[in-house]
Amino acid sequence: MRNETKATNPVLELKNVSKTYSVKQGLLGKSRPLTALRDLSLRLEQGEVLGLVGESGCGKSTLAKILLGLEAPTSGEVLVDGAPLGSQDRLALARRIQPIFQDPYSSLNPRKTIADIISLPLRVHGIGDAASQQAAVREILDVVGLPSRVMHTYPSQMSGGQRQRVAIARALVMKPDIVICDEPTSALDVSVQSQILNLLADLRRDLGLTYLFISHNLAVVEHLATRVAVMYLGRIVEEAETEALFDGARHPYSEALLTSVLTPDPSLGVPRMNLGAAYPNPIDPPSGCAFHPRCAKATEACARQRPAPVVDEDGLIACFHPNGMAPTRSRPAEAAPRLSASV
Amino acid sequence: MTSPLLSVRNLKVDIPSGSGTLHPVRGIDFDLHRGEVLCVVGESGSGKSLTSLSLMGLLGRTLERSADRMEFDGINLLGASGRQMRKLRGARMAMIFQEPMTSLNPVYTIGDQLIEALLLHRRMPRAQARARAVELLEKVGITAAASRLGQYPHQLSGGLRQRVMIAMALMCEPQMIIADEPTTALDVTIQAQILRLLYDLVREMDMAMILITHDLGVVARVADKVAVMYAGELVETGTVAEVFDQPLHPYTRGLLDCIPQPGKTGRGEPLGTIPGIVPSLVGQVDGCVFRTRCTQAGPACLGPIPRRSRDGHLFRCVHTDGYAPAETKAI
Repeated sequence: MRNETKATNPVLELKNVSKTYSVKQGLLGKSRPLTALRDLSLRLEQGEVLGLVGESGCGKSTLAKILLGLEAPTSGEVLVDGAPLGSQDRLALARRIQPIFQDPYSSLNPRKTIADIISLPLRVHGIGDAASQQAAVREILDVVGLPSRVMHTYPSQMSGGQRQRVAIARALVMKPDIVICDEPTSALDVSVQSQILNLLADLRRDLGLTYLFISHNLAVVEHLATRVAVMYLGRIVEEAETEALFDGARHPYSEALLTSVLTPDPSLGVPRMNLGAAYPNPIDPPSGCAFHPRCAKATEACARQRPAPVVDEDGLIACFHPNGMAPTRSRPAEAAPRLSASV
Repeated sequence: MTSPLLSVRNLKVDIPSGSGTLHPVRGIDFDLHRGEVLCVVGESGSGKSLTSLSLMGLLGRTLERSADRMEFDGINLLGASGRQMRKLRGARMAMIFQEPMTSLNPVYTIGDQLIEALLLHRRMPRAQARARAVELLEKVGITAAASRLGQYPHQLSGGLRQRVMIAMALMCEPQMIIADEPTTALDVTIQAQILRLLYDLVREMDMAMILITHDLGVVARVADKVAVMYAGELVETGTVAEVFDQPLHPYTRGLLDCIPQPGKTGRGEPLGTIPGIVPSLVGQVDGCVFRTRCTQAGPACLGPIPRRSRDGHLFRCVHTDGYAPAETKAI
């Protein structure tokens, strides 16, 4: 398993990507830079399900937008199959990478029929004539488990689970190989969530899809992901195989996230979180390690200096005091963010 | 056992509409004691929120509420006038809503909204009320509490706003709190902190809490008693250990199979599903409401559904222990 990550075949890669927005504070306030992503490097390998977890405001959705080409990074590179994203044709990219968004109630146009919604990508790309587009819609509806009679209905006539199936069908009608799932099940009831998760797992197996799976529900991530990246304030703080992470997280933040997962076990109580302070304001990030104000293990060094990400056989870790074994090998120089990097 | 703080029998909510009367809540019975946490769990549309609103007397005018009994600390809520209910609400029974973004008034400061209930119910001097507000904000874990009183809701994060909502609910030291999905809009780390806080406060202040949620993980960790709600009925009620370790109703078992459980569901293995959708609750509903989605359904499920009991662990199903006998299974 672990050798697999070494033999890299990244279909999508972020290299030292930063994204800065300009935010105004108050009506007449001066605009200040808000750095959503800080010198972030991440690879998405062919055929894997990379789970991306972290609290709201950590930059998960910004990262998804950059991968989809909806936002341009302020600095750094996005590579698709090794070639820079900017150099590639917009339409060709859209055929390869498709999104599934969180809220099936707002991501479908209420005034279009289901057939219109699903066939829109085909029409935009000028693929086939009306008859073959209708045939493609029928086929993809079958793939996502919806009867073809829903073609002429409107989103308002469907349940949440059915709408999310429509959103999945719309993403898959272009036959992409990479699907960016941004919280695809968090708006759904549990009985529907399990159907959608099963569908996503089946589709991955049958169509050989690669997923970036963004979620705050760690139980779902543990179930579906093959590898997990933990984000905190615009940086990846830990990356590991799913099993390794859930068996023993090395970063204190990952550990805190795992503690907060409420597994349905009545013999356990509500966990006591030792995350005293609130999530930091990304406009005024803490010095040194961004997690140090909330970290039980923080020392003076953590406040002064930011731990550089270290890559070893277990994944990536950016912490001065990781749990378990001390990391050994450091990240290759070209990808290693400089300690003094200003963003 | 002492008499319950809240006792509800056969609570129904009806919504008359052009195409027939909708019955979103259909005959609910439960008792709630002091110091007890009752979790009502169910999917959207099961009637959880309407149940809590009808307890608080906050249903809209077009909705009709009826019950055989609805008693809160000896007070008959069914016959209570609007004036009596206003005296109860906020003072002796309080509610925490799901959306801290929309349930705080954006044009009033946190301080004004916190002390409103105290000024209304206790008629205490403003300074004293503010002191109490600071005390409670500190209790719910808000730092620099005194300076927060002058702030507006938009200046606070989601987690802080939810803490303010909790502090607001506690201002008059209510005997009962109804929390409707109090952590659904929050991050998992904040969720754990808020639930821990609610749990500790209930114990410390000897309150009773009804927690409404769709998250079985929350239920397992917080509840003393669980009520599983489906299509307007409580299909199973029992202690948290009974319901999770020995679920008796097919719906409860189905729900538990739907969620990934570390150690029980294999990674990447298919999860359980409940096929079909919640039936329409318009007009007369006969037999078991779950039968259209139930793998155990048989002809008997169309008839009257007995309520079975096993040492206080109640469930509504024609099958003893919720499983169909082998010979009726093949229908």
